[in-house]
Amino acid sequence: MDVLELARWQFGITTVVHYFFVPFTISMAFLVAIMETIWLRTHSERWLRLTKFFGKLLLINLAVGVVTGLVQEFQFGMNWSDFSRFVGDVFGAPLAMEALLAFYLESVFVGVWIFGWGRIPPKVHLATIWVTAVATLLSAYFILAANSFMQNPVGYEINEAAGRAEMTDIWAILTNKVLLISFPHTAFAALMVGGAVVAAVSMWHLVRGARQPELAEPGGASDPGAFRRSLRVGAVAVLVGGVGVAVTGDIQGKVMTEVQPMKMAAAEALYETQQPAPFSVLTIGTLDGREPLHQLEVPQLLSFLATGSFDAEVEGINDLQEQYEQVYGDGEYAPNIPVTYWTFRLMIGTGVAAALVALWQLRATRGGRAPTSRWAVRVAAVLPVLPLAANAFGWIFTEMGRQPWLVFGLMRTSAGVSPGVGAGSVAASLAAFTVLYAGLCWLWVWLLVKHARPGLPDVTAEARWGRGDRSGPDADGEEDDAERPLTFVY
Amino acid sequence: MDLATLWFVLVAVLWAGYLTLEGFDFGVGMLTRGFARDETERRILINTIGPVWDGNEVWLITAVGATFAAFPEWYATAWSAYYLPLVLILLALIGRGLAFEYRGKGDTPRWRRRWDLVIFAGSLVPAFSWGVLLAGFTRGLPLGAGHDFAGGFADLVVPYTLLGGVVTVALSLLHGAHYVALKTVGDVRTRARVLAARLGGPVVVVVAGFLAWTVAAYAEGRAVAWTAAIAAGAVVALCTGVAATRRGREGWAFTATFTGVVAVAAALFAALYPDVLPSTLADANGLTITNASSSDYTLTVMTWVAVPVVPLVLAYQGWVYWTFRRRIGLPG
Repeated sequence: MDVLELARWQFGITTVVHYFFVPFTISMAFLVAIMETIWLRTHSERWLRLTKFFGKLLLINLAVGVVTGLVQEFQFGMNWSDFSRFVGDVFGAPLAMEALLAFYLESVFVGVWIFGWGRIPPKVHLATIWVTAVATLLSAYFILAANSFMQNPVGYEINEAAGRAEMTDIWAILTNKVLLISFPHTAFAALMVGGAVVAAVSMWHLVRGARQPELAEPGGASDPGAFRRSLRVGAVAVLVGGVGVAVTGDIQGKVMTEVQPMKMAAAEALYETQQPAPFSVLTIGTLDGREPLHQLEVPQLLSFLATGSFDAEVEGINDLQEQYEQVYGDGEYAPNIPVTYWTFRLMIGTGVAAALVALWQLRATRGGRAPTSRWAVRVAAVLPVLPLAANAFGWIFTEMGRQPWLVFGLMRTSAGVSPGVGAGSVAASLAAFTVLYAGLCWLWVWLLVKHARPGLPDVTAEARWGRGDRSGPDADGEEDDAERPLTFVY
Repeated sequence: MDLATLWFVLVAVLWAGYLTLEGFDFGVGMLTRGFARDETERRILINTIGPVWDGNEVWLITAVGATFAAFPEWYATAWSAYYLPLVLILLALIGRGLAFEYRGKGDTPRWRRRWDLVIFAGSLVPAFSWGVLLAGFTRGLPLGAGHDFAGGFADLVVPYTLLGGVVTVALSLLHGAHYVALKTVGDVRTRARVLAARLGGPVVVVVAGFLAWTVAAYAEGRAVAWTAAIAAGAVVALCTGVAATRRGREGWAFTATFTGVVAVAAALFAALYPDVLPSTLADANGLTITNASSSDYTLTVMTWVAVPVVPLVLAYQGWVYWTFRRRIGLPG
């Protein structure tokens, strides 16, 4: 493999791994914030226990998310220095804004949330988790602003003398039509991840409580009074996320047809322009869909998805290739069709599957019922994997679907790679990061399971603090505690 | 002051902030080995930086983000030139971040010993590497006509930059010892003070030597006077820290090394200005605040964002330090 391929693999692996943690963090922060809010409103101890329980899972996840994010920020310069030179004037601004406006908030306030139990007033404590949650979403907005510029460059002009793109309109960049639709799409997709984790863990505890009644007493580790409620919160989150993703995804398809028609054609492996165009559900044949043997199609559906009209024409890969050759010169302008065709289907399929599971969970817990079967546990184990996979496939689709462009219409991926970095260096870093990520993912899952298993923690001390009692969990009743040492958290 | 200079100053401020804030938590991380005698002491040390290290690390993310936005050429050239050191730094910082969160979440002593090693190495490696890197900016790199790095790994690790790495490690250790003395009670506090008093002298000597080299070899023209003044300030601050430690004034000692680290970083950037990455091959190939900066429009936009936000960030980060100002004691 040459430097270009190695650098692309490294970017792809880093992004996919980083993106296991991002949607988890965003949605879990909101769900934990909601749980803590309910606790402070109702003073019902079960919500406090749920807050602390799922808060721990959030923190395990946050640590890996932050550190893998560092690699993301560094590798534009490390592996893609010509890209950074070319677009830095435009692309650097949203990244710097993310750090200044969002990331500081997130990291500083989550630290206060972790260490602030019993130490700051409960309402301030609640505010810190809400600030953290909103900041994670703000982060996503700025990062997507940078990514949307690569999909659909706006608000710039090319400075020929400097050989770079220069920003002319920050507002255009922050209201890029690709951004305005990919932001809610991404946010809803993230919501599905956190919801699925909450629903799955809760279901596991419900089954355990049903089998070991001593754990299921009120106040017990698997208290169904708490976990039935959290399961429903999680399942509703998955469903709301699922509906939101579908609606925004539909609009996104139309924007994509407008600004990146090749990506739409590649998603469908639509080689010839058709009017009206059918939607291919699944195909069996050559992997790139060029010669389908058995194909399951819905007539006219692609026309509707791409344009909003059942009779419209959808341009095919071959026509687009010809058009692009005229505009940009000779070259291959179609992305890797098997990858785009299959990731598009897998994204939708895993997302729909997650929503169906959530629907079933809501049915299974109606009217105080709790599932007890072995199947319920198996489903619980699979559930979080589904939206995580959907998120990953979505990103692989949208990034691979942009190829051969790095910045659509302006810079090819092959032109962006660092000229001075050798294949040996990149191979070494790719190997090191891959091994590290593998260990990190294993550790992440292992720790999440380990901390999800024991169930709800004891929270007598925090409950007192939440009722406005001045003394916190580490209190000894003294009024003036300025000199009393802090206690351990780690 | 033109916008490019303003952003050069801001980038310098962010790096200085990063070095001094993460500096003490790097120092604490290094002290978990050798200084800490048992599991309890290691936990005390880790808990002193628990609520703040993550916020400190954001200074790095912001410094790099600001460099990318304001000086894309600088970011692109330097980050691809320092490819392997940055890989090492990333591996170290990833391991370290995980170690803080995860070491307490396993049950066996072996689990904790492994993470302790990661915390130590994860603090030492970046503390050293950032010193090498920043000293390298001041010294310059062999850059070709297209501003591309034309050298190899050997051009990154020369005596001056290696000394830069030693300086950041030494400063982090001293700064960390002052922080531990300030944030703990009892035996740990006393021993941290003793260690700081012992380290003080040698650290001042190393830093003074490095700064003298910087002024003599890498500051040019008007920069000589500023760099020398700032460097003198750094040495004075560090000497004040040594004196304060000997008198048992922990707050003053920490403030002194805090200022000292900021001043050392400031001296490096003062010697660098108006270059951002000089070329050791030909002056014309070097990157300056003019040929490496973003357009006026971008700098203006970024200024509108940074001017109100930076004080706000300082305010709430200060509030966190205030909230967690108490010393760390034994559990229970």
